[in-house]
Amino acid sequence: MTPREQWIAYATIVIKEITRFMRIWQQTLVPPAISTLLYFVIFGSLIGKRIGQMDGFDYMDFLVPGLILMAVINASYQNVVGSFFGAKWGKSLEELLVSPTPNSIILLAYVTGGVARGLLVGLIVTGISLLFTDLNVFSIGILISVAVLTAILFALGGFINAIFAKTFDDVSMVPTFVLLPLTYLGGVFYSIHLLGDFWQQLSKANPILYMVNAFRYGFLGISDVSLSVSFAMIGFFIVCFFALSLYLLTHSKRLRA
Amino acid sequence: MEFALKTTQLSKTYGNGVTALQNVDLAVPQGDFYALLGPNGAGKSTVIGVLGSLVIKTSGRVEVFGVDIDNNFPQAKSFLGVVPQEFNFNIFETPLQIVRNQAGYYGIDRRTALARTEQYLTLLGLWEKRNDQAGQLSGGMKRRLMIARALVHEPRLLILDEPTAGVDIEIRRSMWDFLREINRSGTTIILTTHYLEEAEHLCRNIGIIDSGKLVENTSMRELLRQLHLETYVLDLEQPLATIPVGLDRAARLIDPTTLEIDIKQEEHLNDFYRLLSDNGIRVNSMRNKANRLEELFISRVGHSPLEGK
Ligand SMILES: Nc1ncnc2c1ncn2[C@@H]1O[C@H](COP(=O)(O)OP(=O)(O)OP(=O)(O)O)[C@@H](O)[C@H]1O
Ligand SMILES: [Mg+2]
Repeated sequence: MTPREQWIAYATIVIKEITRFMRIWQQTLVPPAISTLLYFVIFGSLIGKRIGQMDGFDYMDFLVPGLILMAVINASYQNVVGSFFGAKWGKSLEELLVSPTPNSIILLAYVTGGVARGLLVGLIVTGISLLFTDLNVFSIGILISVAVLTAILFALGGFINAIFAKTFDDVSMVPTFVLLPLTYLGGVFYSIHLLGDFWQQLSKANPILYMVNAFRYGFLGISDVSLSVSFAMIGFFIVCFFALSLYLLTHSKRLRA
Repeated sequence: MEFALKTTQLSKTYGNGVTALQNVDLAVPQGDFYALLGPNGAGKSTVIGVLGSLVIKTSGRVEVFGVDIDNNFPQAKSFLGVVPQEFNFNIFETPLQIVRNQAGYYGIDRRTALARTEQYLTLLGLWEKRNDQAGQLSGGMKRRLMIARALVHEPRLLILDEPTAGVDIEIRRSMWDFLREINRSGTTIILTTHYLEEAEHLCRNIGIIDSGKLVENTSMRELLRQLHLETYVLDLEQPLATIPVGLDRAARLIDPTTLEIDIKQEEHLNDFYRLLSDNGIRVNSMRNKANRLEELFISRVGHSPLEGK
């Protein structure tokens, strides 16, 4: 395929992916809006007033970045795992596999679809947070780059999950048993300075901590961890996940007999 | 001659140990209309799966219009349009989306894609249904949708895996006309079918595959020549010990009172009757042996095309 033909194939898949999640917006866009609304009401407004300050900021202001990023993580992951597994399960993936579209383009397009949903949900959640607090932006460049990179990483994660998954249960397994605990323990709700030494060190083994802190830095200008370590870590995982995804897409017995 | 499809010693053993193909050598000339026949589980869909990269071959070579799939699979795939045996589109999408997107996967720009989508959906009688959910189409419409989808990038080789399964007779006949027309305009077609009549009507060359092996690969004309031989089953009044001289070339004794005779087109039944009377053989009844092509199939494969194993 010529580069132009590859571009057309890429755009076709991306448009299809975006059309898909927009068509089922009640399942893709509304639930994260509702759940973050509840988080804001309960943790931000009701309990937050009693918590007072966290790292020198109102608890609500501390909480917002983490909740936005949590929504981005979930949305980008869910989009790719749902769509790609659905296509595999319903066999419509064969439409792509029999075509000359290179695997790298298929992967990039699915990831782009996941990033699109992740960022859209992130924007929706940001909009909702404005009902509760004024957001100060410390560095828009950092905010956008962390959001985009994190969305890419978790879209790739969803892709890998989809290739391995055999049933719809396998699709919800990782979000429930891996993503949820890692985000909850990843400094979304608290600063790791509140923890004892041991737990602080253990938390630092959680990659999501670095993303949440880097993202919070974009709003507040504070972080529990070094910013460059955060970017290096996200970049490292993206490279690994991309390579693994591409390998699986080409060789996995779960896609080709 | 350049072949549309050439496989050399193509073999496939699935992960579960099932050997679906063993050293299959197929050669389908450009412009051909080729039938791949064989009982259930013979390996027909496996061949097609290998071509579409849905099945990874274990060994052997596959060339599509001279392009070795091991060297440049994307290019080989760009020549192919595949209509699979099972429905494999997203049932929530519409025919319009399905066909237009498929064009996109072949790098066809959106404007051309839309024009072709209209062209092929119209040709297959689905343009009215373009905005319906694909899952809600009837079985025959779904199959035609898959044909439109396979044609939208105007492939040089169209492969259909049982395209007329579950399609009513009227639509089947119109599909035959349609496929013949596509073939006449230069597209090579390979189809698998269980309807021998279909192969006889449409195809120039034929391959019969059984238990993963190619057991027959010949032209339809050659095959039909072998069939220009009518077989009759005679029910005899008296048991017969041996076949009389003069009849032995054409007759077989199935059991002492059942005689089968082959009669070529240019021969006359009267001559046989005379031979029978001369030998004092009295015949109670006579019938024509069933479907000729089916007989031939059974002689190659050991059972009827509709029976699995
Ligand atoms: N994905 C698979 N994994 C394992 N075995 C398979 C797979 N697909 C097919 N087989 C086996 O390979 C053999 C050939 O199957 P194939 O589907 O190619 O037959 P076929 O000629 O198309 O039959 P049919 O007329 O029923 O469509 C069968 O024994 C089948 O069970
Ligand atoms: Mg089959």
